[in-house]
Amino acid sequence: MTAPFGRRLCEVAENQVSGGYRIFSLIDREGPAPEPGQFYMLASEKSWGEGGGRPFLPRAISVAETAPAKDGVRLDFLVEGVGPGTDRLCDLEAGENVWVAGPLGNSFSTPKQVNPGAAGAILVGGGIGIAPMAIWRRRLVEKGIPLRVLLGFRNEEHSGGLNELFCAGGALCPDVRLATEDGHAGHQGYVTDLLATMLAGDDATSAVVYSCGPPAMLEAVKAMCAEHELACELAMESPMACGFGACFGCAVPKPDGGYMRLCVDGPIVRGDAVLEVAHA
Amino acid sequence: MPEVCGIELEHPIVNASGTYDAIAAYEVFGEELIEDFPFSAFVSKTITPEPRAGNEPQRIWETPAGMINSIGLPNKGLEGFLAEDLPELAKLPVPLIVSVMATNKEDFARMVSAVAGRDEVAAIELNVSCPNVHSGLIVGENPDETEALLEALRPLTEKPLIVKLTPNVANPEAVAVAAEEGGADAVSLINTLKASAIDPVTREPALAAGHGGLSGPAVKPIALQQLRAVRAAVEIPLIGMGGVSSGADAAEFLIAGASLVAVGTENFRDPRAGSRVANELETVMSEAPPRLAVLDLD
Repeated sequence: MTAPFGRRLCEVAENQVSGGYRIFSLIDREGPAPEPGQFYMLASEKSWGEGGGRPFLPRAISVAETAPAKDGVRLDFLVEGVGPGTDRLCDLEAGENVWVAGPLGNSFSTPKQVNPGAAGAILVGGGIGIAPMAIWRRRLVEKGIPLRVLLGFRNEEHSGGLNELFCAGGALCPDVRLATEDGHAGHQGYVTDLLATMLAGDDATSAVVYSCGPPAMLEAVKAMCAEHELACELAMESPMACGFGACFGCAVPKPDGGYMRLCVDGPIVRGDAVLEVAHA
Repeated sequence: MPEVCGIELEHPIVNASGTYDAIAAYEVFGEELIEDFPFSAFVSKTITPEPRAGNEPQRIWETPAGMINSIGLPNKGLEGFLAEDLPELAKLPVPLIVSVMATNKEDFARMVSAVAGRDEVAAIELNVSCPNVHSGLIVGENPDETEALLEALRPLTEKPLIVKLTPNVANPEAVAVAAEEGGADAVSLINTLKASAIDPVTREPALAAGHGGLSGPAVKPIALQQLRAVRAAVEIPLIGMGGVSSGADAAEFLIAGASLVAVGTENFRDPRAGSRVANELETVMSEAPPRLAVLDLD
């Protein structure tokens, strides 16, 4: 599946506060529905590059959820304002337009595609990295694949998206466990504490781990999977100007030397295919 | 239809070397890329004699109206390029210009001979923003080095040789004159401006290499002035670039004396920027210039 050539304007359907994050929805009338793990390059049509010249480049944002919409596809993105680009995306209002290129990059593989003997999936998301876990979780549920979802947040200010992306009937989905560093919800500590407990049990021996989150968390997940000889797929992030292989900015070091371009060789990368996450 | 160095082109907009990977873009966008190819000629990413992995990340940093990059010329090397990439690039519907770089005359000669010997290649761009390992001087910063290099390469091919000028010199026109006297068919300018940024969070240089090259709209006025200075100094055609993001920008470069205009960083923001700039340019150039206001100062 290829993306429509170039960028196109998509209208913002809504933009709502969710804890310390924002969830905004675009209506894409031209593109195909994205696969879980894919991303888009986004830049607001107005006030992008105005007032000090930043943001200048579009921002690579992973899709959190998608659904058929009238005349197209709805795309949901979870963002936290951490700089001029994400701040501007957080400020989007319904009816405004966003320049969109995508869907870009590869997507998650099913547990059996990764390992023919695998029976289930463990999803580990941290912070804003819960976004691709949401769309992947739904797809796995639809496929009837057993799964557990472990989500972690630093504190209440740096959390969000749970109600919109991981709840059903007003309650957290039964397969989801939480960890928060400040203890405001779920286990007090790291999400990797929850993963360690799971990996120590018998159920995990035939699982494939999927993870997205801050580099240090991904590095820990990668190391824990290697130790337990479990395959993992990491949804990674790297500074990216273009998203389609042109700028060579998003270099990620490979174990055998050299670099991959995360935009075209990722953003979903097998744990053993990347030398170190934190370096990227 | 513009004609430069004997090559006929559909419109005056090409890409700047290193800002578009047509092979990767085909994987991402499919046949639409070929059907509506954004550039009238395609300039390859610079190739070097041996393969290069490129620089350690972090490689890019956004700046006001631009970006700094220190990519480090990752490429498959001459052999890998000729065997794997050139046959793919030859399928593009436009003439192909191959950018080459080496750190000594012998390697440069080997690359120019090998690349020029391929029918798929219409012209060669010489990336001279690199040191000569024998003299330690950056070739493109030194008129004598530039002229000597051209004198060594000129006899090797009848295909057009284009010298890519660096802006990091006091007098780019002196280097352009040297390139012309050495037998260059055209010069392209500007390459990126040497630049740095500090990450305020880590208090370290933002780029792993410490510094990089600035591009984007921020550099356009500098590029235009260097183009004007070079235009006044040489007769050969100029390929102008530096921060071009619209047809109006491209028009400025043409009016200042460029024969072709390259789009670079804008490709990152808009994968079809080349076509858009070409269309906008046609509109801009077809409009009659406004009547000059008569100022009565008395």
